[in-house]
Amino acid sequence: MGSSSSRINSIPDAQQLMQETGFSAAHIVRLHERFESLDTERRGELSQETVNFASFVRILAHFRPAERSRGSRGGAQQELANCTSRKLQFAFQLYDQDRDGKISREELLQVLRAMLGIQVTEEQLQSIVERAIQEADLDGDDAISFDEFKKSLAKVNVDHKMSTGFLR
Amino acid sequence: MMEDLWGVAVGVFQLWMFMVVFLIMLPAMCGLSLGVTGVYIQVLVKILEWATGRIQRGRQEQPSVPVPLPNGIIERAGGSMEEEMEQLRGGQSLAAGEFALSDAFYFCKRGLESIVDDQVTQRFSSEELASWNLLTRTNQNFRYISLRLTIIWVVGVVVRYGVLFPLRITLAIIGLSWLVIGTVLVGFLPESSLKHWLSELIHLTCYRICARGLSATIHYHNKENRPQKGGICVANHTSPIDVVILANDGCYAMVGQIHGGLMGVIQRSMVRSCPHVWFERSEMKDRHTVTSRLRAHVAAKTKLPILIFPEGTCINNTSVMMFKKGSFEIGGTIYPVSIKYDPRFGDAFWNSSKYNMVSYLLRMMTSWAIVVNVWYLPPMTLQEDEDATQFASRVKSAIALKGGLLDLEWDGGLKRQKVKDSYKEEQQKMYSSIIVGQNGHSPTKESDPSTEDTGATGRDS
Repeated sequence: MGSSSSRINSIPDAQQLMQETGFSAAHIVRLHERFESLDTERRGELSQETVNFASFVRILAHFRPAERSRGSRGGAQQELANCTSRKLQFAFQLYDQDRDGKISREELLQVLRAMLGIQVTEEQLQSIVERAIQEADLDGDDAISFDEFKKSLAKVNVDHKMSTGFLR
Repeated sequence: MMEDLWGVAVGVFQLWMFMVVFLIMLPAMCGLSLGVTGVYIQVLVKILEWATGRIQRGRQEQPSVPVPLPNGIIERAGGSMEEEMEQLRGGQSLAAGEFALSDAFYFCKRGLESIVDDQVTQRFSSEELASWNLLTRTNQNFRYISLRLTIIWVVGVVVRYGVLFPLRITLAIIGLSWLVIGTVLVGFLPESSLKHWLSELIHLTCYRICARGLSATIHYHNKENRPQKGGICVANHTSPIDVVILANDGCYAMVGQIHGGLMGVIQRSMVRSCPHVWFERSEMKDRHTVTSRLRAHVAAKTKLPILIFPEGTCINNTSVMMFKKGSFEIGGTIYPVSIKYDPRFGDAFWNSSKYNMVSYLLRMMTSWAIVVNVWYLPPMTLQEDEDATQFASRVKSAIALKGGLLDLEWDGGLKRQKVKDSYKEEQQKMYSSIIVGQNGHSPTKESDPSTEDTGATGRDS
């Protein structure tokens, strides 16, 4: 209950978030409701990662469908969270958990383990990781850098696949 | 002076009771209707249509009012895991059986979609309306759109709380006391067809009075499929009022836990006149006891049909969730019933985590009305080649189809429980069969036959 317009005002930094991320007021209100219903213990943050509402919205902003670049926007377009390079960066960080700019063998193993669980054996995991590194690693340093990552995803329509269909 | 006031008050009260008894109670008991509710509903519909139009015009004129998103915030892309992965790999077929870096995108996107809006959590909050229905509780800043709208809303509040609410409370009290007194009296009679007939009459009239107490307009469809004696009636569950809705058109044997307090009194008196199946709390835990008692009831083909809600919890009437298979193992014929409330006139969903029973009933009595469609589906029985779970699923789909509800496989118990790990393992299994192949043999040349037992995790149902 309660009116929407007073609700948007009760959300901290709402205007700033709208500017930064491009979400509309209705989206922010919705996301705030969702955040509160996920935050069952009312700590103002989610999970052990201490994601507060602003970070929550910023992360989700990566998944807004990329807008057609308009000439007048110019440099500002690069700042938006949902442009293609930022989406790719987000995807890279899914793998590169220690943020050292390279996806190491161990990091790749961790991600694969999460996706496969106990369904495959350790040897199978190792061999899969081996092949993946061999294919993507072009400069032979046994790790995948951001550029190598981008190259191996050249055929993927990142804008489409890393976007959630937010309704207008 | 005081006696005058007192006299006036008594006079008003007498007039009030006279009106209630002769204009509402007696026709209700005979199953007749004076048509007042019908006219009321038509007037309401006209007003609501006008209000919708006015709001839409208001939105165009005042762009500062944020437009609500009644259908959720995101639109999900369909597509199975395999289809999506193929697309991600740029159309390369998956027979290559290898991992690609883009695979993680699929999980990431699906995961984030679920974080933003999942299919289960939204079933446990009230359905959102595309437009305001002039109730305070669903207001979203619309009352400031125009003066006329505000006035109508105020009139609505006065009518609902000042006129309708006292009327409904009176009826509810009369109805429930009638039930308790009547069933206790009938309970003294010896077993005979007279007793059964009287008991049915008492139950029916009480429920009809209660239905009037909610201004309920019920449309029954396909009455030829009504549940027969010795059968089991299953329906989708939205609120405790479902019982009143169904029992207006026939007598059922209720199943449930004995409560304390007022509910307990009602339950204990009901069971005197006809055999309902009430369980103690301790007995409910033991599935075997429950099943055998129900089986005994059904086997005596002369007893009233049992009414069961297999979802086990209240859902918000936009979808049907998993039916627990216990009811379908009893045997006997299943009579499915589909119940769909019209959300414009009042939200019938009982959100038990937000409201207790009393506040829920008060909210019901201060809504515009309850308008509900009930479809009786043709009876179904367990087929040779299916088990109870598949049968339950089949019945659920039939009910969902008829009522225009979404058919979900999720368990309504997820309202309170955590998600089981087996769901996550299922996803992992699916993914591993894409990467590694069906038999656990990796196409990258693993000649070790001991990889056969990788898929050994069982699923608990």
